[in-house]
Amino acid sequence: MNNTAFVVIAILTLAGALAAATLQKLMHAALSFAVTFVGIAAFFFLLGAEFVGLVQVFVYIGAVAVLIVFTILLTRRDVEKDRGFNWSGVVVAVAVFGGLIWAILETQSLSMAAPEIPALTVKRIGEVLMTSYVWPLQCVGLLLTAALIGALILVMEEKR
Amino acid sequence: MSESIDQIFVSGKQWLLSWLTGAPSWVIQIASSLINIFALLAVFLTLFALMSVLERKILGRIQNRYGPNRVGPFGLFQPIADGIKMLIKEDIVPARADKIVHFLAPVLIAATAILALGIIPYGRNMTPFTIDGGILFFFAVGSTTELAVFMAGWGSNNKFSMLGAMRAIAQMISYELPLIITVLPVVMVVGSLTPESIVAAQNGYAFDFVPRWFVFTPWGVAAFILFFVSGLVESNRTPFDVPEGESEIVAGHMTEYSGFKYATFFMAEYIGMFAITGLAATLFLGGWHAPARALEFVPSYVWFFAKLNALLFVYVWLRGTLPRTRVDQIMNFAWKFMLPMAFTCVIAAAVWHYAGRGWRGWLCSFAVIAVVYFTLSILLDTRRKFAPRTYRFAE
Repeated sequence: MNNTAFVVIAILTLAGALAAATLQKLMHAALSFAVTFVGIAAFFFLLGAEFVGLVQVFVYIGAVAVLIVFTILLTRRDVEKDRGFNWSGVVVAVAVFGGLIWAILETQSLSMAAPEIPALTVKRIGEVLMTSYVWPLQCVGLLLTAALIGALILVMEEKR
Repeated sequence: MSESIDQIFVSGKQWLLSWLTGAPSWVIQIASSLINIFALLAVFLTLFALMSVLERKILGRIQNRYGPNRVGPFGLFQPIADGIKMLIKEDIVPARADKIVHFLAPVLIAATAILALGIIPYGRNMTPFTIDGGILFFFAVGSTTELAVFMAGWGSNNKFSMLGAMRAIAQMISYELPLIITVLPVVMVVGSLTPESIVAAQNGYAFDFVPRWFVFTPWGVAAFILFFVSGLVESNRTPFDVPEGESEIVAGHMTEYSGFKYATFFMAEYIGMFAITGLAATLFLGGWHAPARALEFVPSYVWFFAKLNALLFVYVWLRGTLPRTRVDQIMNFAWKFMLPMAFTCVIAAAVWHYAGRGWRGWLCSFAVIAVVYFTLSILLDTRRKFAPRTYRFAE
């Protein structure tokens, strides 16, 4: 059953990604990108990493996708215009693809047998975050607070 | 006897599944999920139909008129008539609309609203889907509503729709913060994100008399009120219904929807309301626990739905009582009052925990909340003198 689920989710994710890359209208592409996010979250669920899957939905669909569509809405006036084929995009895409393939082929873990991992509960993640990883967590918190205050200052200057 | 009535739905499901003994496990798994889904849909769509007529009845009562009373006894068949009307209405799609996005928006919004219902424990052993991070799932699914609202606004290709969607998303994002942060104290005190263990933690009675619901602690009552108000905003209901303010922007993101698609939006709004009140009952009002030991013979799901309906009544009551707030008032309220108070609830819950969870903790956390509340009310007081209101008419 897991194999069937894997194939279905993979087709959904890849279709979303393909649509995001090829669709003419930018807004459609952004929305199909959100479908890809759902597919990736489904993969996490399939692997038993519920927490990561939920955070994926929460952050990427609730925040990142909304941010993307709003950015398109507020910045591009000529969304519908066809810009022709983008060769620099091809170069970047091929470079990223090549880099990823190289990284996957070089990695050792492909040949290793998967070790037995105990089920990763939310409680366990919370405990580890609050004990071993408390300093990285605080640093990220500080960074995000700084970003929030920075955004506020940007808006405040506009008001004057 | 009361035990078997309490578990009647659970044993009913077991009986249905007993037909499938011998089938492969994945068939049983799918059948079990399907039974849960059908039960959820049946219960909540009936509740939606009842709620839509009861709301109009109660509003009528508040406004000193009868409300619907023509169709069936006491007008109870009104939703059937409304449903038929909505089904046979023409489905109008604007010529310049983005057809696919326009069509998908109501589908997505209804699907996410129904998904959120899946994790709430409706009675003893009656959680449709048990997920380790159930509370997180609720909010993760809820956050996709914003995208659906945006799709409705953008796909309609109408200024009013877009404005309504922008307003809706602005207030949803702003109130998602207090909504989630007020859940944190409960999660902290229980030490789990699973709704069942949150309900289980509210079992028993203090002094053999007061139920151990979180709403009876100072941080609990503060968090409950904040959660309730944020939930009111999230479900776009009066007094926070600026996204669909009829007098300003027609019907917000639903302007270009007619017939059954409009009904789907309407349904999603109500289902979202049920989900958020159900979660409020689970988190703060003890879920399916009875309010007194003498009343424990009443089945658990009766208590859950009694609490749910009591909260829904408050929703309708507020709608009948309060006028619509302005957009800037809603935003100021969120960032200047709700958010600091939500953080205070977290701190107060920590104080309650470390002061021993007894009367000492009760007093200490009460003091924390009272101090912050009064400080905020002094700081936020604009000292504006309200002059007598003057009305100017066209001359």
